[in-house]
Amino acid sequence: MDLTREEESALKGEQGEILQMAYRILVATGEATDAEKLIPIEWAHLSGVNYNTIGDAGEEFLSGISKDARVKVKTTLNPMGFDIDNVSNYGLDENFISKQLSIRNSYETMGVTPSFSCIPYEIFDIPKDGTQVAFAESNAAIHANSYDNLKTNKESSFSALASAITGKSPYSSLRKEDTPNVTIRMKVNNPNELTYGMLGFFAGKVGDTSVNISGLADMDKRQCKAMCGGMGTSGTCAKFLFGDGNSDCEKVDFDEKEMQNVHDELNTAEKGDLITLGSPQLGLDEISDLAGKLKGRSFQKRCMIFCPRTVKEQARKIGYTNELERAGCEILSDCCTCLTPLINKENVDAVTTNSIKGAFYLKNSTGVDVNLKSLSQIIEDETR
Amino acid sequence: MKILVQGKAQGIILKSNDPINFLGTVDKKTGIISDKNHDLFQKSIKDCILVFPSGVGSSVGAYTIYSIKSNNSAPLAMICTKTDLTVATGCALTNIPLVMVSDEEFSSFQSGQKISLDTESSNPITFLK
Repeated sequence: MDLTREEESALKGEQGEILQMAYRILVATGEATDAEKLIPIEWAHLSGVNYNTIGDAGEEFLSGISKDARVKVKTTLNPMGFDIDNVSNYGLDENFISKQLSIRNSYETMGVTPSFSCIPYEIFDIPKDGTQVAFAESNAAIHANSYDNLKTNKESSFSALASAITGKSPYSSLRKEDTPNVTIRMKVNNPNELTYGMLGFFAGKVGDTSVNISGLADMDKRQCKAMCGGMGTSGTCAKFLFGDGNSDCEKVDFDEKEMQNVHDELNTAEKGDLITLGSPQLGLDEISDLAGKLKGRSFQKRCMIFCPRTVKEQARKIGYTNELERAGCEILSDCCTCLTPLINKENVDAVTTNSIKGAFYLKNSTGVDVNLKSLSQIIEDETR
Repeated sequence: MKILVQGKAQGIILKSNDPINFLGTVDKKTGIISDKNHDLFQKSIKDCILVFPSGVGSSVGAYTIYSIKSNNSAPLAMICTKTDLTVATGCALTNIPLVMVSDEEFSSFQSGQKISLDTESSNPITFLK
């Protein structure tokens, strides 16, 4: 990769340890993605916030670098482990809370906007078409490339952090024109968001950096997010293009049988003792839709709803919050189904969710069983 | 063969034909794999030369690599066939040597083989007896 004289100097450590670390990460990223140079980016979205995922090593790392590191471009942040407003209801230990607040503090010291959201594409204005960004959260990177006309790698926590600190990212293939060599043909009829989550999960396993998907009907926001979440979980893929692609593309069908395979991999329980909605977090449209569906009905078991803080505040003003709480929902901002310590196997055996991404991490990391159902099925089965 | 992170290592190969989602399926203290569907289920990746197709999934997996390194449970080196930034940047930050190999080279590796890796050498990988 060609570096400018200033970039070379930073890589050698002549501009301090932080920039040296950042450039070392960017060079490894560039070599891995066959980039020939670094280019400016306008927005970084960081992952690596939840103490449950980054642990003591991560907390100490961030505390250390925050003494000197400052972000150079607009930088937003993924969810953390809990919602400070109601964390006292969940009996979380003091050590977790203090370590989480230390992480929060480190990011704020570096100049990061504490958005604690995995759906930056829904709560911030989208820059103009073709803008180069660096999104670490996998569903957000895929959403940015596929729906928002932005350009990003499927960044790691460290490559996005390095981009935030330097304002640069390698000019990788995904930032140019990427031509997929595989086309997934959607063959399942009457898909709901769960189907799209499974399609994404399947596509992520098949594709390399991007895939074509053909045979899609119009999708609503919930379905788009489900597909991005599923794809981000299973693979290295960072983008889908809609349509058949070139004639020389390998064609792979996503049919009932393939869908059943994904379902069997992730669905391990007939029913759950807790329902979670929001992985990725719910946006205002989904909250509004949910409030409508719950009119006159109530959940018969606990239901946790995860959304960004800005969405929770808007929902409160509009009156959705009252409606959801009346129906028995617990509304949490700043955190997400994935790897929140508020769900753990000491108090939960199985979780019902419509999220493929949530299901994967609940099963493999939280260690609970998962019961997959679409939202409409959840409302039908679990409310009265 | 492409070298992504420089370094030297010598050790026993632990090979997986499944990609690895470091976040959530690798224990950040012990390096043990917790995904029941993974071919390394319940095995630890500590102190081996880890050969696998690629990292997949969450971007936070890079922190898992940082954690296992901090907890002395990291592989000595990693060998992949496909690019993933969680692995590339996790290894770059922690100085775990990382090389990319072709599918043919990948199929020549077997668990239990002892190898020496030196990215500075003209022949970076040598099989030892």
